Amino acid sequence: MFIGYFTERPYQDQKSGYFGATGRDLTDLSMSNRDYDPKLGAELYNRYLDEKVFAEEMGFDGLMLNEHHSTPFCMGGVMNVEASILARITNRAKIVLLGNVLPIWEDPLWLAEELAEIDMISGGRLVTGWVRGTGRESVAHNAQPPFNWERFQEAHDLVVKAWSQPGPFRWEGEHYQLRYVNPWSRPYQNPHPPIWIPGVMSRNTVKWAAEHHYPYVMLATELGPTVESFKYYEECAAEAGYEAGTQHRGYLWKVHVDETEELAEATARKYIQGPSNPFLEGNQGNVRSFIQNLPGLTSRTNLLPTSQVPAAARARGKESQVKEESKGDVRRGTFEEQTEKLGIVYGTPKTVIPKIRHVLETLRPGSIIFWDGDGAMDHDDAMRSLRLFGSDVLPAVREMGKELELDSPFDVADDIPAGYSPEVVEAAKVAEAAAAEQARVEAAGA
Amino acid sequence: MGTEPAELRAEIGDLGLRYFRSGSGPTAIKLHHSTGNPGWMPVDEVLAEEFDLIVPDLPGYNQSDRPAWARSVRDIAVLTGHFIEALELEDVVLIGCGLGGWVAAELASMNNHAISHLIVSGAPGLKPNEGLIEDQIMMDWDEYVQLSFSSNEHYEQTYGPDAADVYKELWDYSREMTARLTWKPWMYNRSLEPLLSLVDTSALVVWGSDDRIVPQICGEQYKNALTGSKLEIVEGAGHCVEHEQPEIFRDLISSFVKN
Repeated sequence: MFIGYFTERPYQDQKSGYFGATGRDLTDLSMSNRDYDPKLGAELYNRYLDEKVFAEEMGFDGLMLNEHHSTPFCMGGVMNVEASILARITNRAKIVLLGNVLPIWEDPLWLAEELAEIDMISGGRLVTGWVRGTGRESVAHNAQPPFNWERFQEAHDLVVKAWSQPGPFRWEGEHYQLRYVNPWSRPYQNPHPPIWIPGVMSRNTVKWAAEHHYPYVMLATELGPTVESFKYYEECAAEAGYEAGTQHRGYLWKVHVDETEELAEATARKYIQGPSNPFLEGNQGNVRSFIQNLPGLTSRTNLLPTSQVPAAARARGKESQVKEESKGDVRRGTFEEQTEKLGIVYGTPKTVIPKIRHVLETLRPGSIIFWDGDGAMDHDDAMRSLRLFGSDVLPAVREMGKELELDSPFDVADDIPAGYSPEVVEAAKVAEAAAAEQARVEAAGA
Repeated sequence: MGTEPAELRAEIGDLGLRYFRSGSGPTAIKLHHSTGNPGWMPVDEVLAEEFDLIVPDLPGYNQSDRPAWARSVRDIAVLTGHFIEALELEDVVLIGCGLGGWVAAELASMNNHAISHLIVSGAPGLKPNEGLIEDQIMMDWDEYVQLSFSSNEHYEQTYGPDAADVYKELWDYSREMTARLTWKPWMYNRSLEPLLSLVDTSALVVWGSDDRIVPQICGEQYKNALTGSKLEIVEGAGHCVEHEQPEIFRDLISSFVKN
């Protein structure tokens, strides 16, 4: 079992009017950065980094970062900077990036170089993950949305080649052209950091991830549709000639642990207060569907079952595609509805552990990421929860993981390890054999 | 209303294009906005009184096949040239509205001698010397179409107070194709303006005085670039001059062609 820790790193401004229990709703891309206080930003960045250092001390296997742009619910516009810092100030935990928004990079080679540096500085602890991004991301960096999927795939191919094949080489692609690819840096991990793919809705991406043997991490999606989506991954894996296992499944969701039930509930309510991600169920804020559903960004039809959940559909501007029977009366999941569906789990360790177990039994993921310290939660809220994770919850979850045989990619030794595509593994084997032969010849000559 | 137009299909290589055709007189082709072909509209009725009017769905819009390889408005203009050839048309009065006007201007810049008259109405395609062309991407589909009229009353006359789902779907689908053809820079081609001075087709530029989408200065730029052309401002009309003032629109074109 691999257990990660995550927060979106919200920009929490008491004076802003949109923070806390009485805050006004945010509408995406509606706020000017004239309201951004860099001194507050500085405090918050450092606080979130400190909390991650503590999370490592408490025993989390991984520290997850995510990337969003132009929005106060996530300060990760340049998450690679945070990752670089964590590479230096932590020692053991994996640094899990879920994920860089590949299609908005005009120069994926630059990204390859950044990630290689992070991997080296961390001593090989990077887990790299890539997303297609929502409309907000494409607008923020003006990436042409109809080519989002093509750019994602081509940028992936370019980065993986830059990491795993010696340069110099040329790249004359459909969307990216480079006349000299020969970065003077290579990732620490051979052939490259493992690649995980997070997502919510796109069948294209799940199929692609399965074909590449990349674990798919479902982000806070409802349990039922998530099971169906994992089944679809398994079908795609079978078509690609292998049996997917727990090591190919990851799940992230909100879990907050606290000292008493009352405090846990009061704190967990803060998930949906303040600048929380308005595009996930149960959170505040308003979606602008014409931005989330930028023209041609995602397929009109090739969507996972999670797309039938109204909030997920609304988040992607696809609410009109939700079948009538799925909509019900719930226009937006309330806190109570979220907790009932285990989308938000809160309590003391005693009450939280069985709920986590239920999620593990239902989804059988080898990697899980607990999403905590978000919304309007303050530093004390985050730290209390982290302490209790460390002392009580993580040990129990590890036991459950063993009992339920939930292996992460780091627990199994597949021929094609989860996180690496067959071509890259094969090429690495060939290169290794050639290097071994060369060494043998040289030794014989000497 | 008048006669139902014929609904026809042409093949350009492996691309199928749908078009409507009705009327008699000189052949005219009217190219639609970036929001797609709304169907046979009152302006088409009045144009068909004087012209053999052809209203195609541009490649990638409505019922025409979508060329996945097309990356620019110029690509669509090339295909439109082949469409004219496929129908064996000559002395074509080419009318372009909005994005359709940009297509028409690009096609004219290739000196396609099947075109006898060029009419460019509310067209993007040139970088405004002042101001910006409105960005439809950052607003709701309804809101953008409302903005392309001089007032909500005129919008509602054409689409009703709440546009039917079929129009909203059309605008969404059209926006996908528009985003394939133009993204950055938004709605212009730097190399078009210099080429327009080489166009030897007679040209008329029509602009609504209340065009809130493409600044009127672009109309002046088109007029200055197209040697010998005339600029007609339709007072009180918005970006969709042809929907707001169909008879005036038709009369301007008709007298331009006759003279």
